[in-house]
Amino acid sequence: MTNRKLHFSAWQFLLAFVFVVLNSLSVYAQQDATTSDGEPAVPVDAVSGADAAKGEELFKANCASCHKLYKKQVGPALYGVSQKYEKEWLYKWIVNSAELIASGDARANAIYNEYNQSNMNAFPQLSTVDIDNILAYTDTEKPAAVVDVAGAEGTAVAGSGDNSVTNNIILGALALVLLLLVVLLIVVNKTLRRFAEANGIQTVFDEATEERTPIWKAFAQNQFLVLVTAIFLLLASAYFGYGALMSVGVDQGYAPVQPIHYSHRIHAGTSQIECKYCHSSARESKHSGIPSLNVCMNCHKSIAEVAETTYQEGIEEYGIDYNKEIEKLYAATGWDTDEQAFVGEEQPVRWVRIHNLPDLAYFNHAQHVTAGKIECQTCHGPVEEMEVMYQYSPLTMGWCINCHRETNVDLQGNGYYEKIHKELSEARGGRQLTIADLGGLECGKCHY
Amino acid sequence: MATTKKYWKSTAQLDDSNKMVKDLEQNEFASAIPTDEFLGNDQAMEESNTSRRDFLKYVGFSTAAASLAACEGPVIYSVPYVNQPEQIIPGMANYYATTIANGYDYASVLVKTREGRPIKIESNRDAAYRGHANARVHASVLSLYDNNRLKAPMIKGVESTWEELDQQVAAQLAQLNGKELVVLAQTYASPSMYKIIAQLKDTYTNVRVVTYDTISEDAALNAFEAKYGTRALADYDFTNAETIVSVGADFVGDWQGGGFDKGYAKSRVPKDGKMSHHIQYEANLTLSGANADRRYPVTPTEQKQIIAALYGKIVGGAINVSLSDKVAKSVEQTAISLKRAGNNGVLLCGVPDQAAQQLTIAINEALNSSIVDTALPIMTRQGNRKAVGQLVSDMNAGKVGAIFIAGVDPLYSYDDSDAFAKAIEKVALSVSFASSMNATAAKVDYVATTPHFLESWADTEIKKGYVFLTQPTINPIFKTRQLQESLLKWSGNEQSYKDFLKETTSATGASWNQSLQDGFYSTTASDVNVTVAEVREISNADALRALANAKKPSGYELTLYTKTGLGDGSMANNPWLQELPDPITRTTWDNYVTISQADADALGVVNENVANGALDGTHVLVTLDGVERKFPALIQPGQAAGTIGIALGYGQTASIQEEMQTGVNAYPFYKNGVAVQAVTVKDAGGNHQFACTQLQNTMMGRDIIRETDLTTYRTGNKDQFNPMPEVSLNHIETAVTSPDVDLWESFDRSVGHHFNMSIDLNACTGCGACVVACHAENNVPVVGKAEVRKSRDMHWLRIDRYYSSTDSFEADEAKKDGFDGLFGDNGSLGGFGELEIPADNPEVSFMPVMCQHCNHAPCETVCPVAASSHGRQGQNHMAYNRCVGTRYCANNCPYKVRRFNWFLYNGNDEFDYHMNNDLGRMVINPDVTVRSRGVMEKCSLCIQMTQMTILEAKKDGRMIKDGEFATACSNACSNGAITFGDINDKESEIFQVKQQDRMYHLLEEVGTEPNVMYQVKVRNI
Repeated sequence: MTNRKLHFSAWQFLLAFVFVVLNSLSVYAQQDATTSDGEPAVPVDAVSGADAAKGEELFKANCASCHKLYKKQVGPALYGVSQKYEKEWLYKWIVNSAELIASGDARANAIYNEYNQSNMNAFPQLSTVDIDNILAYTDTEKPAAVVDVAGAEGTAVAGSGDNSVTNNIILGALALVLLLLVVLLIVVNKTLRRFAEANGIQTVFDEATEERTPIWKAFAQNQFLVLVTAIFLLLASAYFGYGALMSVGVDQGYAPVQPIHYSHRIHAGTSQIECKYCHSSARESKHSGIPSLNVCMNCHKSIAEVAETTYQEGIEEYGIDYNKEIEKLYAATGWDTDEQAFVGEEQPVRWVRIHNLPDLAYFNHAQHVTAGKIECQTCHGPVEEMEVMYQYSPLTMGWCINCHRETNVDLQGNGYYEKIHKELSEARGGRQLTIADLGGLECGKCHY
Repeated sequence: MATTKKYWKSTAQLDDSNKMVKDLEQNEFASAIPTDEFLGNDQAMEESNTSRRDFLKYVGFSTAAASLAACEGPVIYSVPYVNQPEQIIPGMANYYATTIANGYDYASVLVKTREGRPIKIESNRDAAYRGHANARVHASVLSLYDNNRLKAPMIKGVESTWEELDQQVAAQLAQLNGKELVVLAQTYASPSMYKIIAQLKDTYTNVRVVTYDTISEDAALNAFEAKYGTRALADYDFTNAETIVSVGADFVGDWQGGGFDKGYAKSRVPKDGKMSHHIQYEANLTLSGANADRRYPVTPTEQKQIIAALYGKIVGGAINVSLSDKVAKSVEQTAISLKRAGNNGVLLCGVPDQAAQQLTIAINEALNSSIVDTALPIMTRQGNRKAVGQLVSDMNAGKVGAIFIAGVDPLYSYDDSDAFAKAIEKVALSVSFASSMNATAAKVDYVATTPHFLESWADTEIKKGYVFLTQPTINPIFKTRQLQESLLKWSGNEQSYKDFLKETTSATGASWNQSLQDGFYSTTASDVNVTVAEVREISNADALRALANAKKPSGYELTLYTKTGLGDGSMANNPWLQELPDPITRTTWDNYVTISQADADALGVVNENVANGALDGTHVLVTLDGVERKFPALIQPGQAAGTIGIALGYGQTASIQEEMQTGVNAYPFYKNGVAVQAVTVKDAGGNHQFACTQLQNTMMGRDIIRETDLTTYRTGNKDQFNPMPEVSLNHIETAVTSPDVDLWESFDRSVGHHFNMSIDLNACTGCGACVVACHAENNVPVVGKAEVRKSRDMHWLRIDRYYSSTDSFEADEAKKDGFDGLFGDNGSLGGFGELEIPADNPEVSFMPVMCQHCNHAPCETVCPVAASSHGRQGQNHMAYNRCVGTRYCANNCPYKVRRFNWFLYNGNDEFDYHMNNDLGRMVINPDVTVRSRGVMEKCSLCIQMTQMTILEAKKDGRMIKDGEFATACSNACSNGAITFGDINDKESEIFQVKQQDRMYHLLEEVGTEPNVMYQVKVRNI
C-alpha cells in the first residue's frame, strides 16, 4: 500500500512542477511583449515661435494624404522645405498654388511640371500662423528615436529569436531535471523495497497478489459491468464517430496563409472601412467578390507605409512587416512609388479562397445583404477583429436551415414584399414571419 | 407443369440458317471470353507472389486510403481582376446586342456574358427586323469554344505569326503583274465591306469579287434581279396572311435563309375565329408541310406544273398541264382560295428554276399581295453560282494571280470540289480566311485565321435600310484577325477596322453608341445596288411554256435540303446541333435518304426497330452523272412517290472531331447549286443504325395532342373540341379536376408566385430553338449517337412529332373508338396494329414536352430519399445531391420527361464533347449545377431565372411586372408558342391564356394537375 501511495505522490509532484514551470514561461513571454512596446517620437520645435505640435495636427488633417516628411509620395517630401524656399513664396504656394503657377513664377512652374502638371489643392483656410506651425512640424528632424526604434525592432526580432533559443534551453534543462527525478524515484523505490524486504514486510504484499484475482479478471467475470461498459463504449464511439464524420468537409476555422497578408483587423476594425466598400458586389451579386486591386489602390496610392505603432504591432504580435505587404500590392499592380504611376506589369494575385460552398448549393450574397439586410458579421463573425481571415461559420446545410427557421424577416420598406407579407401574415394568424414561411426551406431554392 | 411453349428472343431466331443464332444456342457468349490470357499461363501464375489474400489487402488499403484522402478539402484559389472593368460585377450577367452573319444565318441577337465570357445567345426582341434566333444561332455560342479552331495564322500548314503572313502575302501581291485578284466570299451585305473592297480595288486595280452562297438561291435571285434590278430576295411578313400557298418552299424552315416563322406563327393562332389557311405542295416532308392545313406530296416536276397552272388560273392564259386528278382539283381550289384572299394571299415558290420564280412574282403581283415586300428586300443572299463556275475555268486558264477565300469552304461544298482543288493549284497566291482547318484552308498556302463572330466587328444590311452591327463580346481567344482587318491592312490602310466601321456608321448619320446598344440602325442612305450583269429576263410566256412542259425524268427526283440542326454544315463540329433531333424524322447525328414507303418496297429498302426499339435501316446507292454515294435510307411518311430527299451539310471530315464526322456529304449532288436533281437509286443492302429520339410515330388515337378544325372551334362549344376528361364517382361522371375525385390535399398557392407555362400548339412550328436554348441554359450534356440510340438522350425539353395513321388525327381517334371486339374488320387486334403505321401523307403535329411540374406529382411520392419535392411556386424541385438514382421517379412519370445520368458526361474521355475540354467548358452556365453520374435530372422551369427575376425585384424593392418572368425556352420561342408567367398575377398574360377555351393539360385524366398547359391545335381545313 505504501508503495503505491508513494508512486502517486511522486506523479503529483511531477505534474505540479511542470505546471509551475509552464506558467512561469508564459509570464515571461507576456513581459517580453510589453517591454518592447515603442513610444511615438515627440516632435521638436525647430522654428521659433511656431508650434510644431499644432503643425502636426494640421499636417495630418490637410497634407498627409499627399505628402510625407521624409519620402516622396503624390507630392514631394516636405522635410526641410522651409529652408529650400522663402516663407512668403511658400505662403502663396500653399494658399493657392494654381494662382502662383498662372502668375508665371518659374519655380512654381518647375514643380508643376515635375509632378505631371497636377495641381496641389488650394488651402485658403490656412492662416500664415497655421502655415508656420506646419512648416515647424515639417522641419522636425527625422527623429533619432525612429532609427533607434528601427534598431530596437531589429533587436526585438533578434531578441524574440533569442527568446526562442533560451526557451529551448530552459525546456531542455527541465527535461533533464525531469529525467533525473524519474531516475531518482526509481532508485528510491528500489531502495525502499530493499528496506522492506530486509525488514520482512514484503509478505503482506505478496499475499495480496496471490490471493486477489487480477482486476481485469474480476471485471471480465462481472457480466453486468461488461455490459454497461460495452454500452458506454458503443455510445461513446457512436457519438465521437458521428462528430468526426459530420466534420468531414466542414472547414470551420480554416485560415489559410494568403499571398499578401491582408489584415481585416486594421481595415475593418481600426480604420472602420465599411465591408461593402471593398466587397461591393455583395450588394448586387451572388459573389461578395474578392476586391480587385484597383480598389486597394484607391487608398494605397497614398498609403505606402503604415503608422509606426501599427508597424510595431505587426512585427511583434503577428510577425508581419505590413510595409512589405503593401510593397507586394504595389508589385502586383505595377505601381511605382517614385514615379507615382502604374508603370510595371500587372500580376493578378492568387488568393486562397476561404469560404467554399459546394457547387451543388446556390448562395446569393445580394439576397442576404440587400434584400435580407443581414450584417456581414452574422455569418462571417467578428471580421473587424481578425488579423488573419478565417471561416467563422460551419457553412453546413443545417446551419443555413436553422437560420432560415429562426430568423424573423424584416420586410419593412421593401415594395416587393408588401403584398406577400400582408397575405402571408394573415394566413399565419398575424405572427412574425420567418424565412421558412416564405419558402426558404424548399430544396429548389438553393439546389438547382 | 411443363410447357411446350417456345419463346422467341428476336425474329432472327426464326431463321434456321442464321449462324449467330446457331452459335448462341450452344454458347452463352458470342465470342469466347479471353480468360486464357491470364489464367492459361501457369508459370506466370505460380511465380506471382500476389495471392488472393494479398489482392484483397491491396483493395482494402486503397479504399481506406482513398476515403481518408477525400477528407481533406482541396485548396481553391480565387484570382480577381487587377483592374476590374466598371461594368463587370462578378456573378452578374451582362448583355450585348450583336449580329450573326455567317453566310447562312443572319439574325440580331443578345449575348449573355458572365465574367467576360459569352455563355448564351438570346433573341434581340427589340430589333426592328430578324430579332429572333433559330436553333443554329442559339448553338453558335458553343462554336466559339470549339477546340478545333485554328489558334494562329498558318503558312503552308504550319503555325506562324501575323507579321510573317503579312510580309509574305504583301510580297506575293506585289508580284501580281496585272493578273486578277479574286475575292471569293460569302454574302456579307456589309456597307463597310463595300468600302473595303473599293479600297482593295484602288490598290490592286484588277480585283474581282465573286459571291458564293453555300446554299444557293440563284433562281430566286435571278428572277428578282431581272424584275427589280437588284440582287436580293423578296421579304415576306405573314402576320396578316389569309391564304399561304407554298410550292416546294420550306418557308417555316430555312427557305431563303429562314426567319419567316415568326409572322407565320402569328397568323396561325385563331383570333376572332380567323386564322391563315396554308396549302403546301412539296416532295420531302418539311416543317412547312408538317404545319400546313393541307399538304400534297408532289414531285419537283409536278411543282413546276402547279406553278404554271396557278399562273393560268390567277393571271390568265390557257395552260395545259398533265397533273393527276387529285392534284389538279386541289390546284383549282388553291387558286380560288388565293383569289378570295386577294392581297392577303401569297404564293411562295421553292422550285430552283428562274421561270418558276418569275411566274411566282407575277402571280403575287396579280394578287397585289401585301405579304410580299419587294421595296425593302432581304440582302442576305447575293451569290452567283455561274460566276463561281466561271472563276474555276479562269483559274484553270491561269488568269487569276491571287485568290482570297472568305467565309466559304468550296473544297467541301462545291459540287465539283475536285475541279476546284485542281484549279486552285494554278493560282500563285491563295489565302483562306477561315477559323478552322477546313478542306479549303488545308489546301491553300495561307490561312489568315479569322475569329468567331462573337469576337468580331461587322455590319450587315440584312434587309434593305436596316444595318445590323456585330460587336465583340469577348477578346479574341486565339491569335486571330478578322477578314476586314486583313483586307484594310493589305490595302495599305493602317486604320483599325473598328474605327473604319465607326466612321462608316457615323457617316450615315446614325449614332454609334446608340446603334451598338440597339444592335442596328436604320438608314435610307444605303444606295449600294448589287447586280450581276448577265441576268436575263425570260418572258412570262416562255417561262410558262417551259414549266408546263416540264417532263418527269426517269429514275428518282432528288430534293436536297438542309436540316434544322446542321444547316449548310458550317457548324458541323458543334455537338449541340449534331444531337438536336431533326424535327421531322427525330433522328440525330445523321443524314440519310428519305424515301416513301411505296418506293422503299419497290427497291427492297427495309427499316425495322430492333429489340431495344432503336431503328435500323438498309442503304441505297444514289448516282448522278457518275457520282455515286451510299446513303442509309429512312422511310419517310409523306415523301412524294418517285422522289427522295437528302440533307446537305453532313459528311465533313476536315477539322471535324471524329465523333462529329457524321453522315455522307451530299454536296457532290448539288450540281450548279440546284437543289433538285434527277438521280438513280439502287438498293445497297447492309445495315445502318439510326439514332432516333422517338420510337413511336403515331398517337394511336390517344388523347395527347388535341386537335380540332376551325369550323368546330368557331362554334365555341368547348365540350366538343376540348372536353374535360371525366371519371366515375358513385356512378356519376365527374370532371377529373374536381376536388371530389382528388386523392390529394391541395396546397395553398394563392400567396406569392405560382408559375405556369402555356404552349400553343398552333404557334409551335417544331423549329427546335427551345431545345438548344435549354441545352445552353441548363448545362444539358451531349451523350453521343450510341447513347441516343439507347434512348438515353438528355434533352430536358423534347419536341414530340406525331404522324396520323389515317388521313387525320381525328380520323385516327374515330377509328380507335370504333373498334368492336378483338377480331374482324373493326377488331382492335388488327386495328391497333394498323394505327401504328403512319399514313402515306399523314397529318403531322408537334408537341414540346418538358417536365409538367405537376401539383400532384407522381414522381415526388415515390422518391425514397425525397430528392424530388414541390415548391410553393409551382415548380417541381430536383435536388441532385440528394438523389441516389433509384429511377423510381422516371418510372412513375406519365410524361417520361425525367432523364437519368447513366454516366459522368463531363471530364470523361468516353464523351469527348465540349464538357471534356477546358475551352468547351467555358460555355457552362455558372448558375446551374453540372450533374454527375447516377442522378436523375429534368426541367426545372429555369428556376435559376425565376429566382433571379425575384431577387432583382427585391433589390429594387418593387413588384414584378408581367413579362419579367421567363424561361430559356420561352425566351427562345420567337413564335410566341411558349408563354410563361405567374398566374397569381391576375393581369398577366399567362392568366389570360389559362382562361382560354383551347387550354388543356396533357393526360389530364391522370389527375396530375400539371403547371404546364397546352392550347388545342386548330387546323383551318
